[in-house]
Amino acid sequence: MALPQDSAPKFQEYAHPEMIVSTEWVAQHLDDPGLVVAESDEDVLLYETGHVPGAVKLDWHTELNDPVTRDYVDGAGFARLMSEKGISRDTTLVLYGDKNNWWAAYALWVTKLFGHPDVRLMDGGRAKWIAEGRPLSTDTPKRSPAEYPEIDRDDQRIRAFKDQVVAHLGQPMIDVRSPGEYSGELLHMPDYPQEGALRGGHIPGATSIPWARAAAEDATFKPRAELEAIYQGEAGLSPGDDVVVYCRIGERSSHTWFVLQHLLGFGHVRNYDGSWTEWGNSVRVPITRGTSP
Amino acid sequence: MTEEHATTTPLNPRLQEIVDDFRDVPDKDRLQLLLEFSQDLPALPERYAGHRDRMEPVPECQTPLFLAVEVEPEPGPADQQTVHLYFDAPAEAPTTRGFAAILHAGLDGLGADEVLATPPEFSSQLGLAELVSPLRLRGMAAMLSRIKRQVIQHRAAM
Repeated sequence: MALPQDSAPKFQEYAHPEMIVSTEWVAQHLDDPGLVVAESDEDVLLYETGHVPGAVKLDWHTELNDPVTRDYVDGAGFARLMSEKGISRDTTLVLYGDKNNWWAAYALWVTKLFGHPDVRLMDGGRAKWIAEGRPLSTDTPKRSPAEYPEIDRDDQRIRAFKDQVVAHLGQPMIDVRSPGEYSGELLHMPDYPQEGALRGGHIPGATSIPWARAAAEDATFKPRAELEAIYQGEAGLSPGDDVVVYCRIGERSSHTWFVLQHLLGFGHVRNYDGSWTEWGNSVRVPITRGTSP
Repeated sequence: MTEEHATTTPLNPRLQEIVDDFRDVPDKDRLQLLLEFSQDLPALPERYAGHRDRMEPVPECQTPLFLAVEVEPEPGPADQQTVHLYFDAPAEAPTTRGFAAILHAGLDGLGADEVLATPPEFSSQLGLAELVSPLRLRGMAAMLSRIKRQVIQHRAAM
């Protein structure tokens, strides 16, 4: 029993308007059965300072990752996590978060590895909800556990591994990191922690389109025409292309993956979550330095 | 919990009390305690408010944090110097603010020697690794090492 789509005109322009809702839509549907709203932030405590009333917390670091292996949770772990949050397979799951929905898009990508049928982003995320003066709550909702089936994680469709990226060299690729990381001057985001790459630069052939260019000032996604101008115009991609996106650990590139796959309707976009922390440490993989692909 | 950490350098009594407080609450309340710390981080005095250029950036924190360290009297006898700490982190970064507030509550006003004796790995004793993730905790270790380095620099400048 999926909830209705948001009929806002801006969203109807997108290839998959069913993947995105406005803050207003969320405010109107907050109490609907069948809806779970989840906040996913960079800062693990931000949810506790106040969140959309009734929203549950979904932490990318401590909940979506396997604690030992560098990988995501498996089917059993995901089922357990969803169940704890009161999410069942037919729940309409709306994700939102800080920093232009950066981490919410990452969480959405992980739910799609398990093929959760109805998951959407709240356009503008936490910043827009607060800017509009909408209510925040510090109450942790008490949801009864839901039934969630164990679904095998599908790593084929939207995820790429290093060997596949090596085989993909020469085909369309987007590097969504900052210009300094792309050129190799920096090994990590400006003002962010060094996460351990031994070499700087980018994967040969990758075009530089920093992820946040897809977001407007108010943290919402830019309208379709502006996104097309960036990705199809400037970067020269076509919706039929086989595209790989990457960043440092696969989180910023989830945001771009969402834009290409769901807002622009590209058919085959894979996120390389090993990203620069794997590539920049790997022996004998090719690296390009400088500002050209 | 194991007693493995007991073999490390002892903490100053204030820091030990904070560690005990964190260890004594159940897991689910530990984040709440960190949030309370973050809310208690003192505001900047006038000489630093709006003057990040007078402070040191700590880029190892996930959200950038700015830090200032003062030693007084400067110059003065090494065993009579006290350390004062000032932190600037945005409200949207409660975890970083919480880490800063723990260091402020545990070290501000202590003797320089006591600050320098703080074991670098003390943050691992707070029981936050599984709740916050080790990556995020690295920010606190970085703040501490920068505090110590500044204390040493203040002394060398005398």
